[in-house]
Amino acid sequence: MNTEVNLAGIKMKNPVTVASGTFGYGREFSNFFDLSKLGGIITKGTSLKPKSGNKPSRVYETASGMLNSIGLQNPGVEYFAQNDLPFLRKFDTAIIVNACGSSIEEYVELCKILNTLDIDGVELNLSCPNVKAGCMAFGNTYEGVKQVTSEVRKVLDKPLIVKLTPNVTDIASIAKAVEDAGADGVSLINTLLGMKIDIDKRRPVLANNTGGLSGPAIKPIAVRMVYQAAQEVDIPILGMGGIINGDDAIEFMLAGANAISIGAGNFINPYTSVNTVIGIENYMKKHHIEDINDIVGTVEMN
Amino acid sequence: MSELLLAKLVKKEQLKPDIFKFSVKAPSIVKNSKPGNFIEIRVTDQTEPFLRRPISIYNLDRENGILEFIFQVKGKGTQILAKREVGKQVDIIGPIGYGTFQYENYKNIAIIGGGIGVFPLYELAKCAKADNKSVTTYLGFRSKDFVVLEEEFKKVSDNLILTTDDGSYAKKGFAINYLEKDIKAEKIDAIFACGPLPMLKAVQKLAIEKDIPCQISLEEKMACGLGVCLGCAVKTAKSSKENPEYWHVCKAGPVFNAKDVEI
Repeated sequence: MNTEVNLAGIKMKNPVTVASGTFGYGREFSNFFDLSKLGGIITKGTSLKPKSGNKPSRVYETASGMLNSIGLQNPGVEYFAQNDLPFLRKFDTAIIVNACGSSIEEYVELCKILNTLDIDGVELNLSCPNVKAGCMAFGNTYEGVKQVTSEVRKVLDKPLIVKLTPNVTDIASIAKAVEDAGADGVSLINTLLGMKIDIDKRRPVLANNTGGLSGPAIKPIAVRMVYQAAQEVDIPILGMGGIINGDDAIEFMLAGANAISIGAGNFINPYTSVNTVIGIENYMKKHHIEDINDIVGTVEMN
Repeated sequence: MSELLLAKLVKKEQLKPDIFKFSVKAPSIVKNSKPGNFIEIRVTDQTEPFLRRPISIYNLDRENGILEFIFQVKGKGTQILAKREVGKQVDIIGPIGYGTFQYENYKNIAIIGGGIGVFPLYELAKCAKADNKSVTTYLGFRSKDFVVLEEEFKKVSDNLILTTDDGSYAKKGFAINYLEKDIKAEKIDAIFACGPLPMLKAVQKLAIEKDIPCQISLEEKMACGLGVCLGCAVKTAKSSKENPEYWHVCKAGPVFNAKDVEI
């Protein structure tokens, strides 16, 4: 039985990764299980300089999900390279850095540094909904995505995956922009922009008013978007959005994802990602699947 | 270091119509817990409600490996939890937080709590008393109907001062008013507080004015309790508009030095 996948040139022992911002830089979860069991780890969104994040309240529970507006709080790439990367490198798993910026120049500078580090790839974050004048400024048009991706491509030799926002009209055309700009893969979906109002105070519960919705509540939207993107592009797809077990993961792969990420699922149970690896294997046994790659995109539409 | 445990519920008591005390068998978590730590409970294996519930530790029975926590039924999560039957399991991650109550260096300590914020103060009072500290506990409740754990706190305090806002039971007024009097009499080396935000703000202000070491236990909405979602942010005292700085309740906290945070 083969669970090994090749995601945009990144060889992984299984298709399970953990989504940016839900796993820190791995340290906290290493207390619970051996990180080498994962196909890959996508780091917390990391920027050129440290970011302090948004005012609290930053999170709020919603129906089968949650809203967050963290605002990309992170220690910056320099700190990451010195303190977190050496730790992550102790494990036999692919390390993909989620890179965020607020201008094309910043993305390029950051990726120049990332290009020199011992990492397996970069996930370019063009889709954080919580930072003003940030990623969202580029992420929701074909031209914007193509422009940033092309500039980054010039300085990055490592595998480049671009993470898309679902807050667009036509996800397929945005995915096409990534492919046209020469990236190696596309990941989707980031969180959906949402809002929760405290009816007694008549104010949004989040200090930033709006936040990104994640969790099982968004899964059907994510599956649909992965399917649509898969019809448009030939580059590999990293699928995510509400996955909490092996069955969910299989659904994304049938829709066209070559690998998947566990996001908010990490919050409710620290073992969600490793349990998903087991769940995928169980599905393979049950359906006599020799190679996990054989099921990618095999959904038969009605 | 925290761990995930399916802990058996060995005893359940209803202290008030909406307040429950659970005793669970959790020897490894008990062993690693300190006064001030909290736990995160997943109330269902379904996805609704989705997140874990942060709940403070009330008592650590180290001899028997029993962890006790008290919670108020507020929403659907605690409603589900309150229905758990003795003998069944509770899905717990704990202990959580590196910031715990540090009472060891003080002789005369004041413990002040309000409402349901009094729960995490019991283990602190118990440990401090066992460590031969002089413990004065100030507990404030809205009115007689809300008073809980009076006898329990009496046993672990050298002096218990109980207040109700409306005077319907014990002393009338706010607990902090009585704390302030004792501070003037120079009877207090350090203050430890947990309770509603207005009370914590008043305690923080008082402690800073009188230059008395003060540790406060904070809460903030959180998603993971593991230190990765960075949701439970608390502004630091040196934070500024130009250079905002945040710590997190589940990591640096839940107990902070009062002078280090802006609440």
